[in-house]
Amino acid sequence: MTVLFHIGRYFLLLRETFSRPERLRLYWKRTLEEMDLLGVQSLGIVALLSVFMGAVITIQTKTNIDSPLIQAWVVGFAARQSTILEFSPTIISLILAGKVGSNIAAEIGSMRVKEQIDALDIMGVNSAGYLILPKIVGSMFINPFLVMISMFLSIFGGYLAGIGTGIVSSTDYLQGIQMGFIPYHVTYALIKTVVFAFIIATVSAYQGYYTVGGTREVGISSTRAVVYSNVVILIVNYALTQMLLI
Amino acid sequence: MIEVKGLSKRFGTNQVLTDVSAVFQKGRVNQIIGMSGSGKSVLAKCMVGLHKPEEGKVLYEGHSFHDMDNEEKRGVRQEIGMLFQGSALFDSLTVLENVMFPLKMFATMPPTEMKARAHDCLKRVKIVDKDGLFPAELSGGMQKRVGIARAIAMNPKYLFCDEPNSGLDPQTSIVIDELIKEITVEFNTTTIVITHDMNSVMETGENIIFIHKGQKWWQGESEDLLNSDNKELNEFIFASALMRRVKAAMKRE
Repeated sequence: MTVLFHIGRYFLLLRETFSRPERLRLYWKRTLEEMDLLGVQSLGIVALLSVFMGAVITIQTKTNIDSPLIQAWVVGFAARQSTILEFSPTIISLILAGKVGSNIAAEIGSMRVKEQIDALDIMGVNSAGYLILPKIVGSMFINPFLVMISMFLSIFGGYLAGIGTGIVSSTDYLQGIQMGFIPYHVTYALIKTVVFAFIIATVSAYQGYYTVGGTREVGISSTRAVVYSNVVILIVNYALTQMLLI
Repeated sequence: MIEVKGLSKRFGTNQVLTDVSAVFQKGRVNQIIGMSGSGKSVLAKCMVGLHKPEEGKVLYEGHSFHDMDNEEKRGVRQEIGMLFQGSALFDSLTVLENVMFPLKMFATMPPTEMKARAHDCLKRVKIVDKDGLFPAELSGGMQKRVGIARAIAMNPKYLFCDEPNSGLDPQTSIVIDELIKEITVEFNTTTIVITHDMNSVMETGENIIFIHKGQKWWQGESEDLLNSDNKELNEFIFASALMRRVKAAMKRE
């Protein structure tokens, strides 16, 4: 029953969030700020993670298929496929759920316990729309760019690790990453990213918006935001993969 | 004028308000007093629509707030200014931006006029040259004054103040009380102050409603307050040493 209560309240919050904004110009300004806060400021961690992720994928692939029957370019091919199909969209989204999701829940939760959301409501401002909508739009717009950068850096990280350790030649790796490329796989990855961005923003905002209590409860909301976002992302990842790839 | 009729509110099994009826007059400082946990803040939150009562009505100029559609409610809310216990200023906005916020959201004036209006409000609460500071850089008293400036930015018809003196020293409390009184007269607002500070009650209270155990226990004018024979009201009023001395002095006279 509790789960149904939360699902129902989540959708009611979404309805409130997407109702008519008071001043579109102010929402637009806030959306740009959110793109910077949630997206651009996550670039560092995304870049670092992607380079090392690509490097590890390359080394692990090579050590697991070290057979004379398998051609050397397969390492580059496997690194590209794993990166584009799964690692960049899903792992980066899970990382962003940790960084961005906790940030969203803590910010909105603090506003709730400090009565700032009540202040917005009393002024006649649609608090859900004003606080949450720019975060949803900002995340859904900026996250695909982060994931595209991640794809590039991950494949590049694989290249550096392959060449640096000498497990694969530059020619073989470059041949592998170009072999049998299907552009739809990038589209599939970006669709997943947009859906995951929506999940991160809305699940985290829901946790923050309904925080009751004080600073301890803000911390709890923040933790829940990360945990529930990750769980929903993993379930939706499976559903989307089945729907879009089979 | 705001009228509350038969208001009842409960949270789960906890009955917080029971059949509260009261009239809050225009151009006067109406005070809701009572002990902590008596239900006075819940009453105010029901009045501004933050809580939905199980029974009863809140009438703004005769129109039931809880029967209005969302657009009508937003219209009424734009006529309400509220000062919160913790000021509730937006942390990420500067002093000037906080005061300009409701204007940016709802006013149709050009930006220069908005800025001038915000400056007027800040000047009214005696906050000058603090435009660029963030709420965290202000003292508690200053935050309250900026909160008042934001509350009056839209020329409200109704002003709600939730424990405006909490956490303030006696001198700053007097400044805030005087400010609320002056604004009430100047803007002819229906002002509702929720407080348990007897000094504030004696300084500014005009129409006083005493809430006890979620019920309206007593209502009257401030001059009748000290002469009431209501046992619970007297226990509340004369709980502090200072007020007991006042009582003793009254008896001697």
